[in-house]
Amino acid sequence: MDIETLAVERPEALARIAVDPNVGIDTAKAQEIVDAAGFDAETGAKIVPVLEKLWVVYRDEDATLVEVNPLVKTEDGEIVALDGKVSLDANADFRQPHHAGLEDKAAADPLEAAAKAKDLNYVKLDGNVGIIGNGAGLVMSTLDVVAYAGDELGSKPANFLDIGGGASAEVMTNGLHIILGDEQVKSVFVNVFGGITSCDAVANGIVGALQALGDEATKPLVVRLDGNNVEEGRRILADFNHPLVTIEETMDGAAQKAAELAASAN
Amino acid sequence: MAIFLTENSKVIVQGMTGSEGMKHTTRMLASGTKIVGGVNPRKAGTTVDFPDGTAVPVFGTVKEAMDATGADVSVLFVPPAFTKAAVIEAIDAGIGLAVVITEGVAVKDTAEFYNYSLGKNTRIIGPNCPGLISPGKSNAGIIPANIAGAGRIGLVSKSGTLTYQMMYELRDFGFSTGVGIGGDPIIGTTHIDCLAAFENDPETDAIVMIGEIGGDAEERAAAYIKDNVTKPVVGYVAGFTAPEGKTMGHAGAIVSGSSGTAAAKKEALEAAGVKVGKTPSEAAALMREIMQELVQEQTDPI
Repeated sequence: MDIETLAVERPEALARIAVDPNVGIDTAKAQEIVDAAGFDAETGAKIVPVLEKLWVVYRDEDATLVEVNPLVKTEDGEIVALDGKVSLDANADFRQPHHAGLEDKAAADPLEAAAKAKDLNYVKLDGNVGIIGNGAGLVMSTLDVVAYAGDELGSKPANFLDIGGGASAEVMTNGLHIILGDEQVKSVFVNVFGGITSCDAVANGIVGALQALGDEATKPLVVRLDGNNVEEGRRILADFNHPLVTIEETMDGAAQKAAELAASAN
Repeated sequence: MAIFLTENSKVIVQGMTGSEGMKHTTRMLASGTKIVGGVNPRKAGTTVDFPDGTAVPVFGTVKEAMDATGADVSVLFVPPAFTKAAVIEAIDAGIGLAVVITEGVAVKDTAEFYNYSLGKNTRIIGPNCPGLISPGKSNAGIIPANIAGAGRIGLVSKSGTLTYQMMYELRDFGFSTGVGIGGDPIIGTTHIDCLAAFENDPETDAIVMIGEIGGDAEERAAAYIKDNVTKPVVGYVAGFTAPEGKTMGHAGAIVSGSSGTAAAKKEALEAAGVKVGKTPSEAAALMREIMQELVQEQTDPI
């Protein structure tokens, strides 16, 4: 059953029951759910323990979703879960050591797997402008700004990568290494607003990364720094004077430049 | 007046003596926040001397800190595994505002402590948030105080650095209060809570709200604005380029199925009369126009 479509097209066919997280689905709540779903008494009585068990899984595994779709009644009247889906909260890994073993590593994109191994927040997309930024919201915004700038040029963001407060050369090196490992990438936009992180630390990180990468750094980099100590940051990059690095003052201007560089590359 | 945090707010820091707590308490003091105590059960009775000369006493519990200082705000820099216990301690002590900076709190824990707070005295902001700032008055969290000064725009945002970008774009106008509500799937204070407070704040003339993909907070905010907010609102939504089914950084930023897309949020907001920018600079430009008109109205009354 396509539950997402049903929720939109026939919301009245969906029963939504609130559950107190500190109480959970006890027998009374399970009965309430079964009644709202309109099961006959005999079937309902078999489903109540199923719901209680699903709650235990949800609670004990720190799940964010436990879905049984479909739950069927066989000809013999037995209740069987024909398929299931469970989403687990990564923030709970510290208290769910067995979750690591459940991961289907083969299914992961190799670049994303490599990034995860280095603790980098990286999602591969389909595009030619690599993106590095600090802060998830700012990076999402950067993806959008690059997409708009690149629309007529045929340039698109190649990835999401949030380095958080990571101004260090090591984090920048790892990030650039992953992005440059994507053959589609033709230019890279580094977009940083220094809040607590200072722009001179970021600039030194970029310098260190380019030195560490050496010949591997083959694609043009457009850097936009703003915020804490921005003048010093820009000065460090200007003095470093790397042939592949362009400094832009605004986020929009930098996105435009990165999109143009990607479009004009072979 | 500002919202939630004023020049009179007395702030304690749970986890003050840890490295994050120390770093950010130093910065909060530098931006004029009245830090009246820290909380660490293992260091009760000690005093920490900060670079600006302030000596801050450390208490064993939130309750002791409140009894001794009259504190009404707590900022929490407590590791994720211990955050729930720390928030519940603050709720039990009856503090009015708990600002939970910590990123990485298990969503089950947040559900439990948020639920526990209902009907009690404590407003929770966060978790996974930069906190809030009323420029020139007080700063509770990690928002840099030197991006923008005091003014009459209210700001509410799920993001951290994107908030700073927007504050920077509108620094020529300034802000009454900027609230970072955080990017987790369950948060203590929503866009709506802030919109309601800004609507009632005599020091706020217009509001900027920043949202992102995931959940339906912006859609709900749009419905709320339509019926309850008379002040002009400008919106910005991040994540038009986000693919479905992938978490983009914030635990709450995932698009699944038909709801939660940036396009859906923009549409809902515009239907409620909110002007929505496609980029941060565009949203700032929309707000600039509104503020200039407001200034015009105030100087040329008809």
